[in-house]
Amino acid sequence: MPVKTEEMILNMGPQHPSTHGVLRLELLLEGEIIKGVKPHIGYLHRCFEKHAEAMTYPQVIPYVDRLDYLSSMYNEFGYVTAVEKLLGIEVPQRVEYIRVIMGELQRIASHLVAIGTYGADLGAFTPFLFAFRDREKILSLFEITCGARLLYNYIWIGGLSHDLHPDFVRLAREFIPYFRPKIKEMNDLLSYNKIFVERTANVGILPPETAINFGVSGPNLRGSGLKWDLRRNDPYSVYDKFDFNIPVGEGRMGTVGDCWDRYFVRILEMEESLKIIEQALDQLPEGDVTSAIPKRVKPPIGQVYARVENPRGELGYFIISDGSVNPFRVKVRAPSFISLSVMDELCRGHMIADVIAILGSIDIVLGEIDR
Amino acid sequence: MREYFNNIWLGLTTVFIGMNVTFKHLFKPAVTIQYPDVKLLLPERERNRLYVNMDDCIGCDQCARACPVSCISIETVKSLPTDDLGKTSNGKKKALWLTKFDIDIAKCCYCQLCVFPCPTECIYMTDVFEFSEYKRENLLYSFVTLTPDEIAEKKNNFEKAEAEKSAQKAAAAAKKAEEQAAPKENKPSAEKPEDKKE
Amino acid sequence: MIYDFLLKLTGSEIAAGFIQSLLPLFVFILPFALIAVLLERKVSAHMQDRLGPMRVGYHGIFQTVADILKLMQKEDIVTDNSDKALFNIAPVLVFTGSYAAFAAIPFSGAFIGSNIDLGLFFIVAVSGLVVAGILMAGWASNNKYTLLGAMRSAAQVISYEIPTILVIITIVMITGTLNLYTLSELQTGHFWNWMIFGGPSTGLIKVAFIPFMIIGFVIIYISTLAEVNRTPFDIPEAESELVSGYHTEYSGMKFAMFFLAEYANMFAVSAIVAAVFFGGYQSPFGYLGNSLGISWFIPIEQFFWFTFKGIFFVLVQMWLRWTLPRLRVDQLMALCWKYLIPIAFVNLLIVGLITVL
Repeated sequence: MPVKTEEMILNMGPQHPSTHGVLRLELLLEGEIIKGVKPHIGYLHRCFEKHAEAMTYPQVIPYVDRLDYLSSMYNEFGYVTAVEKLLGIEVPQRVEYIRVIMGELQRIASHLVAIGTYGADLGAFTPFLFAFRDREKILSLFEITCGARLLYNYIWIGGLSHDLHPDFVRLAREFIPYFRPKIKEMNDLLSYNKIFVERTANVGILPPETAINFGVSGPNLRGSGLKWDLRRNDPYSVYDKFDFNIPVGEGRMGTVGDCWDRYFVRILEMEESLKIIEQALDQLPEGDVTSAIPKRVKPPIGQVYARVENPRGELGYFIISDGSVNPFRVKVRAPSFISLSVMDELCRGHMIADVIAILGSIDIVLGEIDR
Repeated sequence: MREYFNNIWLGLTTVFIGMNVTFKHLFKPAVTIQYPDVKLLLPERERNRLYVNMDDCIGCDQCARACPVSCISIETVKSLPTDDLGKTSNGKKKALWLTKFDIDIAKCCYCQLCVFPCPTECIYMTDVFEFSEYKRENLLYSFVTLTPDEIAEKKNNFEKAEAEKSAQKAAAAAKKAEEQAAPKENKPSAEKPEDKKE
Repeated sequence: MIYDFLLKLTGSEIAAGFIQSLLPLFVFILPFALIAVLLERKVSAHMQDRLGPMRVGYHGIFQTVADILKLMQKEDIVTDNSDKALFNIAPVLVFTGSYAAFAAIPFSGAFIGSNIDLGLFFIVAVSGLVVAGILMAGWASNNKYTLLGAMRSAAQVISYEIPTILVIITIVMITGTLNLYTLSELQTGHFWNWMIFGGPSTGLIKVAFIPFMIIGFVIIYISTLAEVNRTPFDIPEAESELVSGYHTEYSGMKFAMFFLAEYANMFAVSAIVAAVFFGGYQSPFGYLGNSLGISWFIPIEQFFWFTFKGIFFVLVQMWLRWTLPRLRVDQLMALCWKYLIPIAFVNLLIVGLITVL
């Protein structure tokens, strides 16, 4: 009797501990080797873009929070950047600085989740809880400022909902020296661990050309060795006033663009964010944060595309205004969505366990993918 | 060969470094709290359950319009000129009977957008966050202070007044029509809002 | 000793044997599993700056009791398309495999379930039964994840038995016995008589043994860790990949049996490591009973030392689990075949040469 082999289709998700939400991956397997990956999305679809058409401009902000729920601050930042560009208003310097501080704190919080869950995906549970412990500190900073821990509705068109809490600057300054040693601890516990390196180095290599062809951005692109960061390459807000490096993947443990590089770029970015926060706190000007908030947001007819460097990559908003109080169209360029599209390319020829490692390293948030 | 021994060396040392980190943490005090027994002191800007101070509400509907998820529904009935509704704490005169002020807290997204436009600052977010319910209907909060009977009465009063007014108006219109035989359609409708304001 | 005592008490060989064989289960494994589960949760919690279970009893000491009660009340779900017979036998078989190993484990000089000459060999052999149970569970559940988990587990447990046996052979070569009782008695006296410090041999040979014994200990510890599917080798039940591997479909008491077997196994392998390298039930400093002249106190002390050593190694297993990520299947095999087995062979060779000298 001739031996017959068959390819097996394994459904990973939508309920699965490591798909970071409700993502379903259809894996085509030959034994444990992946022949193809088909992501099925839409389980978290909430019609954001259609909803936005029925909302007034300020009412969209709470919805924007819920796109990428791990970096709500930055989503608001991107959205208000777009609307302000459409309205053509100048915002006070203090507002810009506070936005940058909040954005960078959010970047650290978001990267902590990425790193922590990545550890948990690969079986190390302790880094996950360490990361969440430190993230709590940042969330408390947000909480004293705007009263919410996850979905802030803090950055408004033309300003902010509240000024900084009187304790904020002190607490933020205390956070920086608290957090620096924690990065080292994370490196000891996870980054340089031989098992972790074995699991991530030379796995899921994303060459820079492929990354560009797919439109991948953010830490995933920088992990492939490309120095592309919108904060530097297309500065918005007051990012041109700060001195910071753009870490890129160097292939220290394996090949440039592997999972370890993507992971480590995030670790390095947290340190850079700390630098930015430090400088911003030093330069923080005085002023009124609500003075430039328009009473009624009614932009002229036109369209605008604005992009910011979200913790996950280039977050772009394309808004068409028909001159009414509601946007005619809001289109989001979601970085996670684009990162997810390279899954198939990255996973082929690897094993099931690597799918987890690769999925964790591109750090997707399903709220943003499904919108 | 060198790589082989290097692998062994790295494997052992990094494991020991990691074990050192976790061992140190074994003796560090916990950062968690025993939640239902110990509760965190919430900051003053805390955004949790909505509360409406009905004494101050003038029924302007601005919060309901600001709400992105339409979880606030307000219905009002005009008061009669003879009714005295009192004033709000910041000196605004109340002119509407609130017959319905429902907040579906299950829908609420805690964005605080309803709080800012309120002219009397009567809707605000409290620090109460433990209000889970077994039934979803229980999450529909009604803030109306009037009893159903009173609501019916107010509605009735208003309708009566309306009816009287329209009767008067009809009479007046009829009179006018009689007096000036020339038909002027626009005038009564233009006068209508002015009548109401009295 | 205990057998003789029971024989006198009951007057029947069958009853005495029966009671003696149940003793480890009720006196040891069940309480140990209860404590170990709590310990695992507490250790992990404190390593992660948490407190762990706190609500049932003082610092949650009755948490596992409550959990067991919950598991017993749970509905026993058998999926429609599963192979019912195999599905029901599998947890029993897994537990039998790990329980059978306790037959040859010397808890103290007075209590060893069955003092057979092939004790070490017997333990290694019966723990192979666990693989059959796991494979059955994985296959019978009729679920792709469980099947993958079971296949990984089979491959893993079988491969890692080789370095375990190689290290055991190294020891057997020095001591010339597979009997765990004799092996423990050989390491009597003080802790420098333990195998890890060269065993009962003397002089230069003893010193020469030490580094190779340490290598042997590391190898056997790693491979036993893999045999009981603990992190970093927990790929058969890798939570984030295979949900929970071969016992995904199990619930209620059947799940509890897998759980119990896992913890029993953890202790069994720790006991082997302790018995082979760390003097078994022997005290490191001599006995209180000897110096006080109370001879019946010695077995109790021995039991204490044995449990202490076993639990210490279980604790290290937990410590490792909450520190390390897990390996991938091929890396796991590479570690076994490319690193552990060659090193164990070289170790065996060198120890053999030293013994000849």
